[in-house]
Amino acid sequence: MATQAMFRIWRGDPEGGAFQDYVTPVEEGMVVLDAVHRIQAQQANDLALRWNCKAGKCGSCSAEINGMPRLMCMTRLSDINLEMPVIIEPMHAFPVIRDLVTDVSWNFRAKLTVKPFKPRSPDAPDGTWRMQQADVERVQEFRKCIECFLCQDVCHVLREHRKHDEFIGPRLMVYTAALEMHPLDTEDRTKDLRDKHNIGFCNITTCCRQVCPESITITENAIIPLKERVVDRFYDPLKQLLGIL
Amino acid sequence: MPEFQRFSYDVLVIGAGGAGLRAAIEAAATGLKVGVVCKSLLGKAHTVMAEGGIAASLGNVDDRDNWRVHFSDTMRGGQYINNWRMAELHAKEAPECVRQLEEWGALFDRTKDGRILQRNFGGHRYPRLAHVGDRTGLEMIRTLQDHGIHAGMEVHMECTVLRLLLDSGRIAGACGYDREKGRFYLWQAKAVVLATGGIGRAFKVTSNSWEYTGDGHALAYRAGAELRDMEFVQFHPTGMIWPISVRGILVTEGVRGEGGVLRNSEGRRFLFDDIPDLYKDQTADNEDEGWRYTQGDKTARRPPELLTRDHVARCINREVKAGRGSPHGGVFLDISWIKERMPKAEEHIKRKLPSMYHQFKQLADLDITKEPMEVGPTTHYVMGGINVDGDSQMATVPGLFAAGEVAAGLHGANRLGGNSLSDLLVFGRRAGRYAAEFAKANGATSIDEQQLQATATEALAPFERGASGENPYQIQYDLQEAMQELVGIVRTEDEMLQALETIAQFRQRTDRVGIVGNREYNNGWHTAVDVGNLMIVSEAVTRAALLRKESRGAQFREDFPNKDPEWGKYNIIIKRGPDGAMLVEKRAIPPIPDELKAVIEEMK
Ligand SMILES: Cc1cc2nc3c(=O)[nH]c(=O)nc-3n(C[C@H](O)[C@H](O)[C@H](O)COP(=O)(O)OP(=O)(O)OC[C@H]3O[C@@H](n4cnc5c(N)ncnc54)[C@H](O)[C@@H]3O)c2cc1C
Ligand code: SF4
Ligand code: SF4
Ligand code: FES
Repeated sequence: MATQAMFRIWRGDPEGGAFQDYVTPVEEGMVVLDAVHRIQAQQANDLALRWNCKAGKCGSCSAEINGMPRLMCMTRLSDINLEMPVIIEPMHAFPVIRDLVTDVSWNFRAKLTVKPFKPRSPDAPDGTWRMQQADVERVQEFRKCIECFLCQDVCHVLREHRKHDEFIGPRLMVYTAALEMHPLDTEDRTKDLRDKHNIGFCNITTCCRQVCPESITITENAIIPLKERVVDRFYDPLKQLLGIL
Repeated sequence: MPEFQRFSYDVLVIGAGGAGLRAAIEAAATGLKVGVVCKSLLGKAHTVMAEGGIAASLGNVDDRDNWRVHFSDTMRGGQYINNWRMAELHAKEAPECVRQLEEWGALFDRTKDGRILQRNFGGHRYPRLAHVGDRTGLEMIRTLQDHGIHAGMEVHMECTVLRLLLDSGRIAGACGYDREKGRFYLWQAKAVVLATGGIGRAFKVTSNSWEYTGDGHALAYRAGAELRDMEFVQFHPTGMIWPISVRGILVTEGVRGEGGVLRNSEGRRFLFDDIPDLYKDQTADNEDEGWRYTQGDKTARRPPELLTRDHVARCINREVKAGRGSPHGGVFLDISWIKERMPKAEEHIKRKLPSMYHQFKQLADLDITKEPMEVGPTTHYVMGGINVDGDSQMATVPGLFAAGEVAAGLHGANRLGGNSLSDLLVFGRRAGRYAAEFAKANGATSIDEQQLQATATEALAPFERGASGENPYQIQYDLQEAMQELVGIVRTEDEMLQALETIAQFRQRTDRVGIVGNREYNNGWHTAVDVGNLMIVSEAVTRAALLRKESRGAQFREDFPNKDPEWGKYNIIIKRGPDGAMLVEKRAIPPIPDELKAVIEEMK
């Protein structure tokens, strides 16, 4: 492995910015976040970035590394070509605050528009429920989401078409799927999915699934089944004929 | 003069981890106006990282379990200097709190008959930890977050509290800044709940994130509240040690709960060689019995790998010092060996410990289903914290409450795994409830504008010094080195006296810290602010550890290697003196009621 490498980091704020080059020593086992931290501690004290767990568990350190949306703490330098400068940019789908930090607050606001969990009444007299492992596993997949918003970052509906006001994005589709398929949930979110959250905007490019660091099968397991629910409900010709909506 | 954005609440909660969110939900349910402030984004607090599970005596896996067993396990683990009232309430209320999470949407792993599954953990007599694979903390924080956002609380994300404000001795709110723009904020309140977590960043090798700079400890201390048990810092026995850059990252105790074993370089399960008397009767004396225990055999006793963390960490330390360590200075933790005992072991490991599998695969290029891991102790948790009333969680400053890792008492000298997540729920709920009561019973407060301005001026001072000042990252780094070296797992008087001197020097350097750039999302500035808090907690840990001339739980003194029954009667209390110097005192533990004593005796 090389003993030092160049990192080309975007520095700037909402007004604009530019790439700046930093050369720093690298060692076996280092991840991108280590290198950026080293640069911050030694060369650029005011470099802005987010991190918490350094182990892929909190979803704070999202960035675009050589054009790929990734967690900085889970991207090993040994997997990158260090002969070339390593390019690190903030996520593109959200407004920049400073350097690698973006304003992701939209995700938190959009989440509020999804109807919350509403459980059926308890199964047992002591107020508890019974669920089989097989039934919870499907939803546990969605609940692995660490809210890194990398999927939101690559989704063209948000990234290129900027439909943040109309479309909730793959992360919140996963969130909705977790609620809809929760064995205890009794709420109905199908109409909202069609009218308010515009699930129809998604044309299953699978970009979101490909970047998910938790390997959640966003499209096949979450979005497509939700689309099917919408179709079953609203476009079933027989049901429409009989007027049972 | 810097401008302040002003907000007013009945109850202000500082911290949005498990404890803070639980407190805020409870307070908001009373219809009061509740504000929450946190340094990171919502859902990123430390709680998200918890892996193994939540301890609660649901008795779903072993119906011999009940609050009495959980209570006595917690007291035994804490070496009997716990706040016994908290240990009692915790054991009694944890099951209900876990069920409440399910009501709010949490999806725990299930037993065959469809109830919440529970797993073994160190120091717990029966399988007790409700869990979701090895990402229980994520499940917990997301459940509280998603429930909380509809519960009627206002959240100020990425804001750091700098000071608590007082009004004639009573709490009046807090002030701080937002990370985004560096604007100053005033959050006026009738009651404040501190739920800021721990202090792990005082040490070099730690499982803790940048947030864990002991802010809540320092805020309370500056406001005149008492701290207690600060000498007890938990070093988790199993952190990653290789590659260097991941050193300290946690390897959950769940690995051992699922049958993982610790070996030295000679292949020996060295924990069998040293089983403390307090646990002799409960510990397996052969490998087969230990394995049967992890697989649910109720007649078997637990393997020594599941002894308490303080003990396991010290044994690892000893093996390494004796030259029987692994290549990078730890020991071997092996889960792959279970393939000798069960079919389809690989799938089993991946299903039970998915994030450990992932973590080692991605960060260390190691497949834990095939090879042993290298592990060593890492700074993990602080048992010490704000001294609170066991029932209400109120600190010694009226209107100030504390819950979660920042509060002290429940865990005594050593925390059992899983007892933190349950702590957050039980005492987060209590703190929220009693803070709301306090806010209802007491009128509005007024703000000391002078204190407000002084806080802002002090916070901005590093900008004046600019690049010619001290580098805040370097001070933090040097402090971490010193604490690790001088006040770590093995302590002596000489080294700790040296630590006090060093801290005093670092404090002077902190006064000279300089910042480049402007106030907008300036991590250098944030570090400069946090490092002052680290100085306070480091001094508190060192002074308390010096005074306690014995070894107990997490504190190991090489110069006083034995437990002293006399010291078992005291807690150490820390407080700021009128002249600003740190006061340290021994305080007798109130006598434990006969009913609780009887429970402990019965479970011995
Ligand atoms: C890797 C790991 C695994 C663990 N596994 C387990 C386990 O399996 N079981 C278990 O019981 N325990 C476990 N623990 C311990 C447990 O997770 C923590 O003790 C617990 O989550 C702490 O919760 P908390 O609510 O007290 O604080 P946190 O969740 O840390 O929240 C603290 C909050 O305070 C905020 N804050 C701090 N300072 C300020 C300030 N100055 N201004 C404003 N806000 C501030 C932070 O932003 C954050 O929101 C684990 C810990 C780690 C590190
Ligand atoms: S599959 Fe749908 S949600 Fe995912 S990135 Fe493509 S358009 Fe967006
Ligand atoms: S679904 Fe995956 S990519 Fe999207 S926010 Fe969650 S963890 Fe990140
Ligand atoms: S720091 Fe938590 S995911 Fe990278």
